[in-house]
Formats: sequence, C-alpha cells, structure tokens
Amino acid sequence: MEDLEALLAAHPFFQGLAPRFLRLIAPCAARVTFNAGQFLCHENEEAKQFFVIHHGRVAVEIYRHRGGPVTIQTLGDGDVLGWLGFLKPYHWHLDARAMELTRAVGLDVLCLLEKCQQDHELGYELLKRYAHYLAVQFRVTKLQIMDMYGK
Amino acid sequence: MKTGDRGPETGNMEMSLDALIHPAAAQPMAPRQFLVQNVRRETPDTFTLTLARPNPEEGLIFAPGQFNMLYAFGVGEAPISISGDPDRPHLLVHTIREVGNVTRALCHQKPGRAIGVRGPFGAFWPVAEAQGNDVLVVAGGLGLAPLRPAIYYLLSRRAAYGSVEIIYGARTPQDLLYRRELERWRGRFDLRVHVTVDAAPSDWKTNVGVVTALLPRARLDPFHTVAFLCGPGVMMRFTVRELLNLGLKEDRIFVSLERHMKCGLGMCGHCQLGPVFVCKDGPVFRYDRVKDWLDRREV
Amino acid sequence: MVARQDFPYLLEALIRRGCQLMGPTLRRGDLVYGPLHGVEDLPRGWRDWQAPGSFRLQPREDQALFGYGVGQHSWKSFLFPPRQLLWQARRTRGGFEFMPREEDHPRYAFIGVHPCDLTAIQVQDKVFLEGAYVDPTYGQRRLGAFIVAVNCGHACGTGFCASMGAGPRAAPGFDLALTEVVSPNGPHYFLVEAGTEEGGAVLGEIPHRPAAPEEWQAAEDRIKQAENQMGRFVQTRGLKELLYRNYEHPRWDDVASRCLTCGNCTWVCPTCFCHTMEDVTDLTGEIAQRWRRLDVCFSVNYSYLHGGSVRVSPRSRYRQWLTHKLATWVDQFGCFGCVGCGRCITWCPVGIDLTEEVRAIGESENP
Repeated sequence: MEDLEALLAAHPFFQGLAPRFLRLIAPCAARVTFNAGQFLCHENEEAKQFFVIHHGRVAVEIYRHRGGPVTIQTLGDGDVLGWLGFLKPYHWHLDARAMELTRAVGLDVLCLLEKCQQDHELGYELLKRYAHYLAVQFRVTKLQIMDMYGK
Repeated sequence: MKTGDRGPETGNMEMSLDALIHPAAAQPMAPRQFLVQNVRRETPDTFTLTLARPNPEEGLIFAPGQFNMLYAFGVGEAPISISGDPDRPHLLVHTIREVGNVTRALCHQKPGRAIGVRGPFGAFWPVAEAQGNDVLVVAGGLGLAPLRPAIYYLLSRRAAYGSVEIIYGARTPQDLLYRRELERWRGRFDLRVHVTVDAAPSDWKTNVGVVTALLPRARLDPFHTVAFLCGPGVMMRFTVRELLNLGLKEDRIFVSLERHMKCGLGMCGHCQLGPVFVCKDGPVFRYDRVKDWLDRREV
Repeated sequence: MVARQDFPYLLEALIRRGCQLMGPTLRRGDLVYGPLHGVEDLPRGWRDWQAPGSFRLQPREDQALFGYGVGQHSWKSFLFPPRQLLWQARRTRGGFEFMPREEDHPRYAFIGVHPCDLTAIQVQDKVFLEGAYVDPTYGQRRLGAFIVAVNCGHACGTGFCASMGAGPRAAPGFDLALTEVVSPNGPHYFLVEAGTEEGGAVLGEIPHRPAAPEEWQAAEDRIKQAENQMGRFVQTRGLKELLYRNYEHPRWDDVASRCLTCGNCTWVCPTCFCHTMEDVTDLTGEIAQRWRRLDVCFSVNYSYLHGGSVRVSPRSRYRQWLTHKLATWVDQFGCFGCVGCGRCITWCPVGIDLTEEVRAIGESENP
C-alpha cells in the first residue's frame, strides 16, 4: 500500500497532495501493466478505472467503420486517462491502446467516489485537479482542431 | 560552462558577420543564378531543392535562420528560408511549399535548370551565443526548415551545448519534413527528439497531439535554456505562453516570424510589423523585442 | 539678392552644368512638376487654394514665380519613379542572362522645392540610402540632384509643416534656397542662400549683390507670415507613445467609417516609399522583366500572406498608414514619416485630416 502511495505521490496529477489524502485513496489503487497492443479500454465499456500513467505510451483512438482506428491523442508518462465525473453510469467513449509496454495505477472509480463522498475535502482536491486537467485538454484540443499547419 | 541568467544577444554576431552576410550589397536587386541539382519531394506539396553555383567556389555563406529570395524565370520571386547546412555553403538547400504561382514554379524545376537567388537576408538564430546553454527547438509544420540549419550547427558543435531537444509538430505523418533525418536524429544519444502530429493512423508509433502538450516532457532547465521557435503564428503564441509558464525568461525565447517580403532589403514596406521590418530586423527575433506587436491584431 | 530680371540666369547656369530642370508648371489647368525650359514655364502669378478634399488654382495679384503651395506631385516621382524597370533577362539553355538596357542617368535640378519637400527627400534618403542596402537608382538620381529650395511666403491651406519641423523655412540640404519677395506694384527679387559649395558656385555665375537689411527683413517677414498663417498643428511631443498606447482606440473605427481606403494619401505623400515587384514576360516567354512600382498599404493585397491578408479591416489599414507616418517610422528611421505638407488632407476625397485624428486620440486621454 505504501509503495502505491509513493507511486501516486510522484505523479504530476497528485503532486503536492497531502499524505492524508493519498492514504485515503490508496485502497482504491491497483498496479496495472499493458503490453504493446493491449487495450486499456474500449468505447462503450463501463469506465471502471481512472488510469494514472507512470510509464509508456498510450494511443487514444476513435474507430471508423470505414478506415479503421485514428489516433487523436497520445498519452505518456505523467498523464492520466479517464473520467472523474462522478455521475453514473461511466462509459468510455474512446479506445485506448498501449503502444508500448505501459505501466499505470488504476484507481477504481466507484471506490474513489465513495471516498470523496465521505471526505469532501478530498473530493474538492481531486475535482480541482481534474478540472485543471480538463481545461488543458480543452485547450490542446481546440488547437488541434484548428488545423494550424494547413495552408 | 553555463553563461548564467543573461539572455544571449544577437547584436554582436550581427556585427561580426555583417560583411559575410551582406554580399552583393551594390547590386541588391539582381539575382544570381544557381543550378538545380536535386529536387526531392518531402510531402505532397513540399519540395526540397538543392542548388549549386555553376562555379563551385562561389558558395553562399549564410547563418542559420536566414532566407533567400528565389526567382523563377518570368514568374516571380518568393522569400524562402535556407534549410541546408551552414558548414556546407557550396550547396544551397531550400524547402518550399507550393502555395502560389512562384512557389509552384520553383517546386517544379528540373535538375540542370537555373533559378535566381538574392540573399542571404535577415537576422539569424543566436546559435553562437547559445553555447554553454541547453537548446530547445520547437518547430511546427514547415517551420522546421529554417530551424534545420541551426540544428546542423548545434550538432556539429555538439560538445559546446548542454542538452539539445527538438519538438516537432505537423498535421499528419505524411506532412513531416526530413523524415529520414528525424529518424537519424532520434537515434542519437546526445539529442532528444519528440515528434507529434494532429492525427495519425494507428500504425503511427509516436505522439499525437499539439506541440505544447509535449513541452512538459522536455527536460527543461529554465535558467540555462535557450528556445528557438518557428511555426504557425498560433503555435508560436501558445508555445511561448507555455514556456513562460515553465519559467523560461522572455529574453531566452527566439521566434521566427513570417510576413510577405518582397524586396528583402527593408525598402518595400510589405513585411512591416509595427516598428520592425521582418526582412531585415528579423525574421528571427528575441521574443521580448516583438512581443507587444505579436499580441496586437491586424498590425 | 538676385533681382527678378536676373532670375533666368540661374536656370541658364544650371542648364550649362548639364542639369535637366524639373519644376512646377501648369499643365491642362493643373499644377504639376515637369521639365522646365525657362522661366516662362513657371506658374507665374498663380497660387493654390487648399482645403480638405479640395485644391484650386487662383490668380495672384502679383507676378510671383513661386507663389503656389504644394500640389499633388512631389519630387519622389523623379528620385523614386512610380514604375521602374529593375532588370530584364533572356532565357538561355538551362538558365537566363541579363540583357543590357538603356539607363538614363539624368542629372536633375529641382527648381522650387518647398521646405517640406526638401525634408521629405531627406526622409526618403534614410530609406533608400542609409540602411544596409542602397537603392542604386535612387542613389544615382539623388546624389546628382541640384536642389533649389523655395521658402514659403504663405501657408498651404492644409499644411502643418511648422509643427513637424519641416517648414516654412528650408532646413539645410539645399544647394540654393530662395525667398521670393514680391508685391503687386513693389519690387520683385529673391533672397538667395547657398547651402553647398556647388550652390555657391552657381550663385557666383549669375548677377547678384548682398541684400540690404530691409530686403532681408522683407524676406524674413514673408516666412514669418507663412508660419503665422498655418492653421493646423500636430503635437509631436510624446506622439509615438500616444499612438502606441492607442492601437485599440475607438477613433480608428470612426475614421474607418469615413475612409474609402482609396490610397490617394499614399500616392500624394512625398515620403511614402512602399512598393511592389512585378514580373512579366514577353509573349514568347523568352524575355522576362522585373518592374518595381509604387504600392499602397490601403489595399487588402498589400499585407497578403499565403492563406490570407494580415490587415483585412479598413480600420487596420488606416491605422497602419497613420501610425507608420507618426510612430513606427520613428523607430524605423529615427524621424517622422510626415513632413506636414498637408497633401493627404487636400487630396483625400472625403477630406480626412490626420491632424484631427491625432488630436482626437490625444484629447481622449486628456479631456
């Protein structure tokens, strides 16, 4: 459990989070490893885990029935993948595939939700970080869709 | 051998190289002829031309970041940055994207034909002043072309610099310039290369996303890093903002700007950006010297 | 002092030196600058009447030779021709070769250069001669030119040269400077000042005598009168900073609602230097030419970059022009790009007055 706490503490998403909170969420955490080609999640599946990526590279893909998958983003060391929306039900709307050996901590979303219900300070901390993460996602996505390298 | 917190100045180098980089000052309007040696397709609409003087002794000495005015007979002139190796001035290399009549004519030249060259013009990347520092190169799209001479320069004097990182973004994998070279650079131990595209098929092995998303991955020591940026204006604005967030000082960031340059001599007026002429005061600028003007619209 | 009846000797002396005389003359009822063959070509007895959007020639009560203000032309059309062949070349096997062309190297003598226009020439010198590159045509024509300046005896209706430090008295830079003293029934003579060695030599070749104190005083009074008549004014102190602070001022929208973006102001401006290149071939495609011609920052094309233009709105184009003249020029060349000649006001079809625009912006800061 302690090494999981340390692993989370070392990740940018949890940087500076009080040890008390780390202790609270550690029971929701599990180490997960994906070999190259393995999927972290598939579109429409229930989103049970929030992935905290420590090492590796993950392709976030949208599947086209004609033309196959398109990678729209890649994630790597220091990124997170998943929903902390706290509204049921949780479903993935994208595929995520490990491009190389990828190590992450999977946080059980229902477990996290319960912890946050019990301790709103923890909930606030996590949502604050998640809101920032979403803001950055929006920013880069807007840049990406403007096709700035085009003619 | 770190130089401390003071940002590099382009001024000194401009002085010392002045005589070298302003040839033909007496006949600034007349192009010299260079023969096309080789035309190489980089992307569906971008070509790299290698040019040589009919007389091999007459090279064209340039500094990384400078540009030439290239002339296609009877069609016209276009400003094109030099993308070759500054240590090999006998070969003049230009990467050109077909966007209009002149660039189309230039891209479709056959080996053995002559095109006109005026230059080199403009200010350059402060590669010499950056010695002793880490160098971060951020390129977007065609913006890698004017940065490639700087990369050549750094790599041939690799020991004089700290870490060197290149972040390069393009639209799709097909739109990447210099793919083989990028692969070679990625294989080096003394260089970190991050390549990213906006969208890719699933066999794409590296990053998808915008260049700014990769900046946190760079091993950046803000006090000893000099950043060279060239790409679409939007990309440079967002990259600058991100670099400032990461603690880089404004005088350590250099940007290469684009305006339509018609004369290269600071006389025709077209490339004005507020008080500067991009052709002669730039195209490479220290960020703090132009930032007020980059934020203004329709200037 | 040169008497009126001796004035032709001045023109003759310059012709003897091989100069091609260029000066004010009336052509189809308009005041233009063109070749002069003698005193009879000068607009004797005419004066200008100028107001925003309006220019009229009126008969004077006297027979002054230089009793007019500035018209739509300026000397830049001789030093920096509006359309000019830079070079031509013939296609060869695999390449091209330059073809010799007939270049005229005229030695001009400019007769009747107003102080504002003399300053304007010096402003253009900074663009074409004093940077890293020298414009060969401009340089050749400029360095050979002999300048006969004329101090102003009345203010142009739209001028504000005094506040720009460019008139109504000619600053150094002339070869000879004249002050014409004339009245309907009184004496008619010129006070002549030599500004260069060659100017002195020319003066030496024509009948003249030292001016009497009252003659000198009469000339001074006329210049003073011109200065006092001037109705327009630009506050130059802090002007650059004022404009730099106000790139988003609502006044730009206001002026844009009036401006037709026709570019007349740039054509008549004696300092506007922007130009573009035109590449043409003959019908066979074997001979190519490169021409340079004046360009206008009021066109959308002017700022075109592949993908689109930088300055799309009329507001931004007017702002570019005005801020270039009165602000960015200072950083570029160390002087204003405006000499206060007032041409842009007179020849603006809707009478936009840049002195008013500047004042409106200034007063909004200090109401």
